[in-house]
Amino acid sequence: MLTRRDFLQVAAATAALAGPLGGVSRAASRGHLTQDALLSFAPLGQVTLLNFTDIHAQLVPLWFREPSVNIGVGEARGLPPHLTGKAFLDHFGLIAGTPEAHAFTSLDFADLSRDHGRVGGLAHMATLVKAIRAERPNNTLLIDNGDTWQGSYTALKTRGADMVRAMNALGVDAMTAHWEFTHGEDRVRELIGMLDFPFLCGNVVDTDFEEPVFDSHAYFERGGVKVAVIGQAFPYTPVANPRHMIPRWSFGIRDALVQEHVDKARDEGADLVVLASHDGFDVDRKLASRVRGIDVLLTGHTHDAMPGVIRVGDTLLVASGSHGKFLARLDLRVENKRVADHRFKLIPVFSDVIAPDPEMARLIDDIRAPYSSEINRVLGRTDSLLYRRGNFNGTFDDLICQAVIEERDCQIALSPGFRWGSSLPPGEDILVEHVYHQTGITYPECYRSQMTGEMLKTILEDVADNLFNPDPYYQQGGDMVRVGGLGYRIDIGQTMGRRISNMTLLATGDPIDPSRTYTVGGWASVNEGTDGPPIWDVVSNHIQRKGVIDLPENRAIEIVGA
Amino acid sequence: MTQQRSTSLTLNRRGLLGALGGGALVAAGAGMTARNADAAPEDAAKWASELTGGRNPVDDPRVAIDLPPIAENGNTVPVTVTVDSPMTDADHVTKIHVVAEGNPNPGLCTFELTPACGKAEASTRIRMARTQNVVAIAELSDGSVISGKKEVKVTVGGCGG
Repeated sequence: MLTRRDFLQVAAATAALAGPLGGVSRAASRGHLTQDALLSFAPLGQVTLLNFTDIHAQLVPLWFREPSVNIGVGEARGLPPHLTGKAFLDHFGLIAGTPEAHAFTSLDFADLSRDHGRVGGLAHMATLVKAIRAERPNNTLLIDNGDTWQGSYTALKTRGADMVRAMNALGVDAMTAHWEFTHGEDRVRELIGMLDFPFLCGNVVDTDFEEPVFDSHAYFERGGVKVAVIGQAFPYTPVANPRHMIPRWSFGIRDALVQEHVDKARDEGADLVVLASHDGFDVDRKLASRVRGIDVLLTGHTHDAMPGVIRVGDTLLVASGSHGKFLARLDLRVENKRVADHRFKLIPVFSDVIAPDPEMARLIDDIRAPYSSEINRVLGRTDSLLYRRGNFNGTFDDLICQAVIEERDCQIALSPGFRWGSSLPPGEDILVEHVYHQTGITYPECYRSQMTGEMLKTILEDVADNLFNPDPYYQQGGDMVRVGGLGYRIDIGQTMGRRISNMTLLATGDPIDPSRTYTVGGWASVNEGTDGPPIWDVVSNHIQRKGVIDLPENRAIEIVGA
Repeated sequence: MTQQRSTSLTLNRRGLLGALGGGALVAAGAGMTARNADAAPEDAAKWASELTGGRNPVDDPRVAIDLPPIAENGNTVPVTVTVDSPMTDADHVTKIHVVAEGNPNPGLCTFELTPACGKAEASTRIRMARTQNVVAIAELSDGSVISGKKEVKVTVGGCGG
């Protein structure tokens, strides 16, 4: 008897034999998923805003599993984007088993990823952008919310230049930033010099006189509408990333300053005010309630993908996902300096059914060619679904923590709660490129040090409060620090210092003793002068030594009070 | 981590201009001995009481403290206190005190103001080793004392999305 998957394979093979659809994927074989269907949209009004965010330097298609744990606290409790799985589908009226359901949730991910194939890739994104521009040549504005110049092997080796070339070719109109700053002040200035479009960060000032460092906004004429785009960089860049790389720049939410920029834009005749923000969704939901006059708030940073806009007062909030997996299209009818009507679609970039744009494909090949033998080198294979995104340890994090413990001879491993990094379905080869998807940063040293149990608890409490403080302005937007060799219980609803309990050394089952010292390995320290081998070597060596990776879901973290 | 009381030597330009504009800055630490233990909020209340001659400050929305919710650099956290006041001879702010509840010496600095300042605003930079509340206390020309409070987090950092 044929299983569903067998059937689809047969169908795909038949389609391939049939001719013009040669090489077509299983996704295409399902019939209802086509490039035209993805692009289908009844245009509205004068302005078409296109937006993506947090591409994390992903030039080529990949897998990306949305979170199964995404806890909202305070006023955000139970609200989107803090819904997962079936609750997410129900809220947005999506049907389980459809390509959309696969794009927006983690339900049955490993299996469905076989049916629907990879997502993203800038040659595929370019096809969509060009098609929409062709349809709306004088109306379209393309905004990139940042986290664009970091996250891959080529972005690391070219120090962000690969992504500047790709974004120029894509015809981005304006961007803001976060991980961009981890290239350091000098390199950021060089890369800005290479951009064909403005780099907008209205909330960055110098540490001496609090003078603006970058342009705060830019104006665009689209369909007879004067559009102001204001940029808002990630407010906690010098806290969440090494401050020593950008010692002269100060960030912050600075909502009073955002209000000044909005008022200035209105005074200068803007009909439509767009804030391109890297604050994170919950921060922006609060900001939208405090700053008057923002028509559209394009959110970023927290990697949330929502198929509908969220309205706060008169402001429309858009959350466009991450990794090039989605392209947001928001059509707007503007009357008397207000949005009179809008239509929205978050288009999943299902790469298998989109013809790659030849020009962008050539550029990507050109960028990757010098590194192709290294990035495609096979390190091993995974028998488990590997992923990172989620509030607590994903399996890719467990793999990294295991590598740190075994390769660096530690009792406990700490790994940052980054929200970026591709997923890998079971059965896939693990390539060097995949390791860099998880680890490709400019401060990769894998340290090995001694920490007391008390210090470990302080770290867990501190990071937990950065994630679960009920006031979003105190949140940093990363996920919980990942742990290896350590179990704990977390009570989400408690206050700082009281959330973490039952810390256990997994190797022995003993409780963590606050006064005892443990050997701890980790990486991505924000402190200057951290010593150790780069984390990608530690992880690569481990995968090569193991050959096959098989990791169960992490069960050492008990979550209560959510 | 040793904490030190911040004096207000690292005035930023705005604070400096404010001081030149008529407000004289008085470091409040003269004659006070440093302690090693962190202060508790009760200590801070005692300080506030001493600074204001025993008058208990009343929470008042006219006192606004501009501080980052999370400090980028605990060694130099910019703080601006603004008091909503007409700054006339009849009705003005005479002093602004800045108190950090968790510092070994909570009283950080005092700004003296006159109607000639035009605006009741003072800026400085403070040092703090851990998460705590910063309290601003304003003495008004009618003898009343009002205050505002804001929490600043000093975190180990890392782990950004």
